[in-house]
Amino acid sequence: MAADALLPFDEALAKYEPVLGFEVHVELSTKTKMFSSAPNAFGGAPNTHVAPVDLGLPGSLPVVNEQAVRYSISLGLALGCSIAESSRFARKNYFYPDLAKNYQISQYDEPIAHDGEVEVELDDGTVFRVPIERAHMEEDAGKLTHVGGATGRIHGAEYSLVDYNRAGVPLVEIVTRPIFGAEDRAPELARAYVATIRDIVRSLGVSDARMERGNLRCDANVSLRPRGAEKLGIRTETKNVNSLRSVERAVRYEIQRQAAILDAGGTIIQETRHWHEDSGTTSPGRPKSDADDYRYFPEPDLLPIVPSKQLIAELRAALPESPAAFRRRLQAEYGFTESEFRDIINANLLVELEQTVAAGAAPAQARKWWLGEILRIANARGVEAGTLVSPFHVSELIALVESGRLTDRLAREVLEGVIAGEGSPDDVVKARGLAVVSDDSALLAAIDDALAAQPDVLDKIRDGKVQAAGAVIGAVMKSMKGRADAARVRELVLERAQG
Amino acid sequence: MPDEPRVITAEQVEHLANLARIALTPAEIEHLAAELGSIVENVRKVSEVATPDVPATSHPIPLSNVFRPDEVGDVLTNEQALSGAPEAYDGRFRVSAILGEEQ
Repeated sequence: MAADALLPFDEALAKYEPVLGFEVHVELSTKTKMFSSAPNAFGGAPNTHVAPVDLGLPGSLPVVNEQAVRYSISLGLALGCSIAESSRFARKNYFYPDLAKNYQISQYDEPIAHDGEVEVELDDGTVFRVPIERAHMEEDAGKLTHVGGATGRIHGAEYSLVDYNRAGVPLVEIVTRPIFGAEDRAPELARAYVATIRDIVRSLGVSDARMERGNLRCDANVSLRPRGAEKLGIRTETKNVNSLRSVERAVRYEIQRQAAILDAGGTIIQETRHWHEDSGTTSPGRPKSDADDYRYFPEPDLLPIVPSKQLIAELRAALPESPAAFRRRLQAEYGFTESEFRDIINANLLVELEQTVAAGAAPAQARKWWLGEILRIANARGVEAGTLVSPFHVSELIALVESGRLTDRLAREVLEGVIAGEGSPDDVVKARGLAVVSDDSALLAAIDDALAAQPDVLDKIRDGKVQAAGAVIGAVMKSMKGRADAARVRELVLERAQG
Repeated sequence: MPDEPRVITAEQVEHLANLARIALTPAEIEHLAAELGSIVENVRKVSEVATPDVPATSHPIPLSNVFRPDEVGDVLTNEQALSGAPEAYDGRFRVSAILGEEQ
């Protein structure tokens, strides 16, 4: 397949206005599925988290998970949506074996939440308001593995294997209205929007929102219209974008690809496109057209959801601070500069930092550890820093340094042990024998050994060359394997010189 | 009503049959177009007398909010799950090559 022609991004933007739209699917972290009491759990041997409803077996009937409804309402409220007085489920009919019933239970004309707005903060702190059209409940589909053929990909497949463990997992699909005015920041907005949705669902505790596990999935719609045009251009829907970085790259790619086609006098084909992480490109998938005839109709096996005013009021009262308000509050409380604070946001460590401070650490120390050693290790391993170590352990580590039991160097070693799963910082200190030696007699013995090897040091110090103490301090630190407080060793060496 | 415009055309029935993966003969299509047409016609008549203050009814019994607590219940074993499958492999349902793709 020939590579797509791309127009340089700046040129594309000069000629065309990008219009975005997103459909974000959030898997809810309920204990059970949307319509059956089979467990909603990631992984597991194939087809072991399934009940008759999930397989669409004759005679089985779906029953709505109350917790999923509560989570959906909370999410709707957090997106600034109105909650429908009455909403209902609908059947979306299609033939594809990712669901066994030949339809997906979704919501169509009466979604549970509609007409909201989300504040999205861009990297420099600019706030962009993204209009939300609706958030509706539906069930996730099973997983297909295509086997055979030359590449194992869909077109060459000889057969497919189906695992229905994920079928019926509760989803909320959040659909935006067309988003105008992002201009050259459209790719950045795409990433920031998905990050904001992730932060919101995490703060609500309604989803694990791990993109790499597919808990949160984004379809990005992009269209272009010539500068000054009223009418919206033809859009494409890019699927399979499974990281924040990919969302940004995919939107940028589509803007450049579509601009090149329009610039050459061509027309955009309305279609689904697939994002390829390795090549950083999109490729055509299914054409979208009137053939998307899902023949939605009200789900006859389920009754309408009519949430009481009390329930909505209760869930509204229980909403956590919005991520945007949370950021504003912490920035004021912690007293970091704008750029210090922005580093934390961009490293996606604000929640970790806040929990570390709540556990007793000073904000500056918490920031130093998270953005320093922990982030360094995370980057080296290609994982998220927040998954390496708990904020409570970081706070404990900082307390050990503050109390003088650990030097920074020892603390880094303790951190390594904690990340390796050896227990709390205190456990690692004990198990590895890493605490600072605070016993002066042990330090003095080491100092005397060092002085014996460098007998002229004391004279130099007496002559006013205090920096000569450095050689002794270094030798002591080495002989004690770093388990000495350098400042205390220095004090003791200077005392020796005077004494 | 041979001279009146058909409410449901043969083309529409053919389209629906195609979407539903049902093979119909031309005679069946004609027959169903007439039947579906009279159903639609009847619904239209009912709509004439339904005023805006009559709420839409999708169920004959006015029930709502029938929920299930979020508690894990029984699941099928892998063997049970696959027991009705025409073909299975490696704990999974085996189906023929897929021409379409995810919806």
